[in-house]
Amino acid sequence: MVRFCHTIICVTILLSICGVAPAAERFPPPEFESSYERPTPVTPAPSHGVYEYIDAAVLLGSLTLSSYLVLRRRSRRAIFALMVFSLLYFGFWRKGCICPVGAIQNIILAIFDSSYVVPIVIVVFFLLPLVFALFFGRVFCAAVCPLGAIQDLVLLRPVSVPSWLENGLRLFAYVYLGLAVLFTATGSAFLVCRYDPFVAFFHLSGNANILVLGGCFLVVGLFVGRPYCRFFCPYGVLLRQLSRLSRWRVTITPDECVRCKLCENSCPFGAIREPLAELPMRDFGRSKKTIGLLMLVLPVLVIGGGWAGFSLRMVTSRMHATVRLAERVYLEETGKVVGTTNESQAFWGTGKEVKQLYADASGIRARFGRDGWLFGGFAGLVVGLKLIGVSLWRRRTDYEADRASCLACGRCFEYCPKEHARLQKLKGQAG
Amino acid sequence: MSENKKIITRRSFLRDGFGGVCLAGFVGMAAFLAGRSRKNKTVWQIDPYTCIACGNCATYCVLEESAVKCMHAFALCGYCRICFGFFGPEPFDITEGAENQLCPTGAIKRKFVEDPYYEYAIDESLCNGCGKCVKGCNTFGNGSLFLQVRQDRCLNCNECSIAAACPSRSFKRVPADKPYLLKTVDHA
Repeated sequence: MVRFCHTIICVTILLSICGVAPAAERFPPPEFESSYERPTPVTPAPSHGVYEYIDAAVLLGSLTLSSYLVLRRRSRRAIFALMVFSLLYFGFWRKGCICPVGAIQNIILAIFDSSYVVPIVIVVFFLLPLVFALFFGRVFCAAVCPLGAIQDLVLLRPVSVPSWLENGLRLFAYVYLGLAVLFTATGSAFLVCRYDPFVAFFHLSGNANILVLGGCFLVVGLFVGRPYCRFFCPYGVLLRQLSRLSRWRVTITPDECVRCKLCENSCPFGAIREPLAELPMRDFGRSKKTIGLLMLVLPVLVIGGGWAGFSLRMVTSRMHATVRLAERVYLEETGKVVGTTNESQAFWGTGKEVKQLYADASGIRARFGRDGWLFGGFAGLVVGLKLIGVSLWRRRTDYEADRASCLACGRCFEYCPKEHARLQKLKGQAG
Repeated sequence: MSENKKIITRRSFLRDGFGGVCLAGFVGMAAFLAGRSRKNKTVWQIDPYTCIACGNCATYCVLEESAVKCMHAFALCGYCRICFGFFGPEPFDITEGAENQLCPTGAIKRKFVEDPYYEYAIDESLCNGCGKCVKGCNTFGNGSLFLQVRQDRCLNCNECSIAAACPSRSFKRVPADKPYLLKTVDHA
């Protein structure tokens, strides 16, 4: 019996090598004499069509509520409750997908690849928090984002990060955003989704490396407030810049600041700025010179960054599957490696021209070179502007929450004596 | 004091101006994207005609039990007595005994129909999407077994983890109202 089996295998191998019989004709489907009827395959429909519209509605609702709680109600406890709800709903119930952070990539892909159809719900998810930031600041970060919420929950012993380190680390987020756009625009990968540190927790399963990465973020997050939000989140970059323009914003005190310094250390995210007097006259000349010099350095940084981005195209383009495949196929063709990988095997199986593959790959690589100029230039511009930003002297009379860095978590409210006076008054009115 | 006030107004004027520009930008963006979007969303699916059944589907899915399962196009099946999707390469015997089977979970059910034909059906609850049977059937048989994303199980991640690891790049975004790419008799 086994021998018979082998004979069949040998014959079929021979047949398939000669290409005599296409797969479907090897053993013609039988015509049955009995009353047997062939079953039809079952194809269950996607189960989550309606949910997305509910998600969008919940997003709008929680953003509105968050704005109210941050700006009018001024209650950390209520903000915390909403945050927990968001973590449970958007995180554990809806498995963290889709989220506005990852939606950046869908939007970019829709802009660069006209064949990609972007669902309207994703457009809503991307734009809603940005519009809210334009009016109310980062209320999305405060209590709606599940990634922020999971980090905020584990923050037990906040340590303050020195401002030079904070400013330096923050540049990662810009570079990450730039890379995410680069890889999406070239159709290589959804970087932000691939390295989303917390989505594996939401699924309660996933790639071991990502679980470890997420675990590390949470352990660091015990001491450093929301490390992903502050130093990596690419969507946070957009929200930062937009909340600079926000119409209304978080104020530490409900009334007039008495400069009591009590709120100074209340912020675990280093977003409270202390009052600054006018720049001393004797420093004026030096400060002017520094800024003038930095202005001159800015174009150098932009061009240098662009050139670096261009020269890195051999590395960055490996993110694209076609380039990786072409490199492997080249090695196999020139006999530098023996054997095949799944990828090259699949390619040889299609019988496509190797030349065409090489042409495609070099086209993609050229694209990476071109886009690398833009990405590197952007990175250089960010570094330059950051240097200018930290050298500027800005007079401040009160303790203020920095428009850009403030995550609107509401922790500082209760540190303000004026806030206590307000609450007393409210209590009196109620009683 | 009056000078201070002036600075503040200039700043707030600029701020409002930029804010207005951004808002207009969002409206423009929304209009542009609305032009490119459809009500119908997309879902992930495997093109069975380019799939090489490498086995990544079983391990790369973010779900513990992969959303990819084997399906059977009965219209293509030869109903062979000796099925190379069902039996291992060197079966001890041509019976349903577990030691003879290729499937690591015993998800294929073999049933006698009439001499000499046997029906092979997939028990979806047991299938882990490894594609061993698909490879066997493609190499030696009619290729009637094939892998598909079961849409009732799939989470429809933004970037499908299996798609990122698929060596033949057979994962595609397909419209949600036609969520399966089935093997058919009249495929060109």
